[in-house]
Amino acid sequence: MTSLALPIAARIPSGLRRVAWAGIVIGLVAAWLALPPLTIRSFVPSLVLALIAVTLGAGVAMRGERRFGGFAIAAGVFGFTLAYLATQSSLGKLESVVVWSALFAATLRYATPLVFAALGGMFSERSGVVNIGLEGMMLMGAFFGILGADKLDSWWLGLIVAIVAGGVAALVHAFFSIHLSADQIVSGTAINFLAVGLTGYLFIDIYGTEGTPTDVQGIPNVNLGFLDGVSFIGPIFGQLNLMIWIAIVLVPLTWVVMFKTPIGLRIRSCGEHPRAADTVGINVYLVRYGAVVTSGMLAAAGGAYLSIGFINSFNENMTAGRGFIALAALIFGNWRPYGLAAACLLFGFSSALAQRLPEYSQSASVLFQALPYVLTLIAVAGVIGRSIPPAAVGRPYRKQ
Amino acid sequence: MNEIAKPSAPGGGDPSGLGPEVRQSFVERYAIAQRTEGILAPVLTTVLAFFVGGLVVLVTTGKNPLTTYRAIFEGAGWSWFFEIGNHRIGLPWSDASVWFPWNVNDVESLAAVNFQQTLIATTTLILTGLAVAFAFRCGMFNIGGQGQYFSGAIFAVWIGSSFEGMNPLLHILLAVVVAALAGAALAGIAGLLKATVGAHEVITTIMLNWIVIWTGSFLFSVGGPLQNDTQESVPFSNDVVEGAKLPILWGDPLLQGLHIGLFVAVGALVTYWVLLNRTTLGYGVKAVGFNPDAARYGGINVARNYFLAMAISGTFAGLAGAIDILGWQFRLSTGDMLNSQVGFIGIAVALLGRNTAVGVFFSALLFGSLVTGTSTRNLDPEIFQPELASNLTLLIQGLVVLFVGADIVILWLLRRARRGVLA
Repeated sequence: MTSLALPIAARIPSGLRRVAWAGIVIGLVAAWLALPPLTIRSFVPSLVLALIAVTLGAGVAMRGERRFGGFAIAAGVFGFTLAYLATQSSLGKLESVVVWSALFAATLRYATPLVFAALGGMFSERSGVVNIGLEGMMLMGAFFGILGADKLDSWWLGLIVAIVAGGVAALVHAFFSIHLSADQIVSGTAINFLAVGLTGYLFIDIYGTEGTPTDVQGIPNVNLGFLDGVSFIGPIFGQLNLMIWIAIVLVPLTWVVMFKTPIGLRIRSCGEHPRAADTVGINVYLVRYGAVVTSGMLAAAGGAYLSIGFINSFNENMTAGRGFIALAALIFGNWRPYGLAAACLLFGFSSALAQRLPEYSQSASVLFQALPYVLTLIAVAGVIGRSIPPAAVGRPYRKQ
Repeated sequence: MNEIAKPSAPGGGDPSGLGPEVRQSFVERYAIAQRTEGILAPVLTTVLAFFVGGLVVLVTTGKNPLTTYRAIFEGAGWSWFFEIGNHRIGLPWSDASVWFPWNVNDVESLAAVNFQQTLIATTTLILTGLAVAFAFRCGMFNIGGQGQYFSGAIFAVWIGSSFEGMNPLLHILLAVVVAALAGAALAGIAGLLKATVGAHEVITTIMLNWIVIWTGSFLFSVGGPLQNDTQESVPFSNDVVEGAKLPILWGDPLLQGLHIGLFVAVGALVTYWVLLNRTTLGYGVKAVGFNPDAARYGGINVARNYFLAMAISGTFAGLAGAIDILGWQFRLSTGDMLNSQVGFIGIAVALLGRNTAVGVFFSALLFGSLVTGTSTRNLDPEIFQPELASNLTLLIQGLVVLFVGADIVILWLLRRARRGVLA
């Protein structure tokens, strides 16, 4: 064991990661200096810090830890750019746009649906089934969530209806891609089309052109009264939606399930080498079915948060690519719970920032929405260290 | 050929356990059906999808699905062919006219107008279908048709709405060529990433789709660089100038007549067939599609083929964007960016058409008719609500894609059956 582990450990020393993390933090501090509450009106200190971050990152990257080194370099570049832009802007605008507590609260709100869907995608892809259909499963959750909450007059029944609907959509995907070994991408694409068609059809059929009623019971917020007076923390965590808390709990929970339990080991082995898993007596079909259905239920919960947790209404195709951002976060986070949660927070932050940017320019804030996709493209291109998917992902398994 | 293929239809219900001879003959018959470009499976797929769609109509609205489908059929203008009478058609480049069984005068015939719309939609779908099909032949799944279509459309609307007073022919050519190159460049990025670092084309094309969608939304949104010059509060581009509009072939230019883009689409179909079946490039692309390792061993440059196949795919989609803009749309809005489904329908077109030129043509015609027949403008709201019907189109499209997956299953089951017979 030690003879095997040693060379791997020697290749990636943990010290390097620490240096890279220091670089990332220094890069972010560089941006923070020029923003409220400090608002230093000169970009020179930020430039110095950003250069330190880039140097650290480059040093780390050259010694073999390309991914984290790349992150540190990116943080340095990003930090300086932001700081420079901030010094060019007027103080009044800056202070109205950058309200940290509001920004962080919005980040959590935007990241939550992504976290649900991305965690779902992780289950599916770790078990070896590509899930392009996340977008469709989210949409199913969004529609059936509000339908259930409206007709059954209860938010938690609505949530359950949503989860069941997402599970059924995932079951179709699972049946076609596992049992019938159809192309998983074709089948996922079909799920996306079907979800848009079905939810759009039922939405018009049931609610017509007036849209969903305004008095649907939504998922409640968790009111933490004791945080009321606390500055900064209070405005962020005092009034969060229940689903946000569930997402926060789900991330470590999924990590434990995936990496510390026999179930997780089985899921991962089906995704890496199904034949080997089969040989030691794991039912590959069963594991994959379970994982795909779980992914659909999670994605649908994220969709339900959109409709009955976030804006309390539904409109056609309301997910607008969030399922694909979740897919991007999954890849960006390297198919790991903490990694994808960090990616979701990053993407959520960019959405939160975009929402406040119209103060400067209406159109530029729209362009900001492309950021997650650009980052993911860079990540899969391997510029800052490759994202490596599970070995057997996308390949149907046939028992022999 | 069809006579041989047909008997296998009842054979599909062949009860098993009747002995190897019977099963073998079924296998053989199905194999013949496959060789005749597999007409049977796509037709069954379509019928099944329409059947399920009809069930949805029946269950949710209680209306007769056949009446609904008939209204869609009429909305798509196919009833035009049944309105046979004594009409005349003008000959091109002259004032002479000859007898013609159908009424081409769209002032007199509503069906003619509807059919023009169907052909316009088909034109686009042929091209976006080819964009998916060509990459498929090289073993890649190009989900990026939507983005490539829009990158073409954005450049077309930009060039088409500037350079007023330019020679019309040059203007159109410039817009179309640049748009095709824009589509090729976007798809080329995905091809290049696949060829160099092995990034999966599905992921990269999805990301590129959304990058283009949001970039386009940025360009045409209020305050954006390509937003309308005269009306400052509307999120759409300038209009294409008169000189850059495609000539109208049939119908009234003011009522969206059929433009000459249809010829471009047909030309693209021929090009597709020739490229794949009569050129070295096509041989390489297909070889890589069958088995990249074997192709590499045979001396084919796999990376180069990945890049070229994607770039050519993107060219088709970029062309589609240019033709839509210069042919009938004349402007782009931020709403188009998020609502259009043209590139995605291309996936269904290619899958149902089994990536052959003929197949793509017919499935584009099918989806073109569905899209047109269910539009608010064409479907009779007395019979079926158009808002519902357009979603029915999406539903049928999804079912088709799903069942094409099941088509692969039929083949797999057959292969297993054949193995069983031989053993």
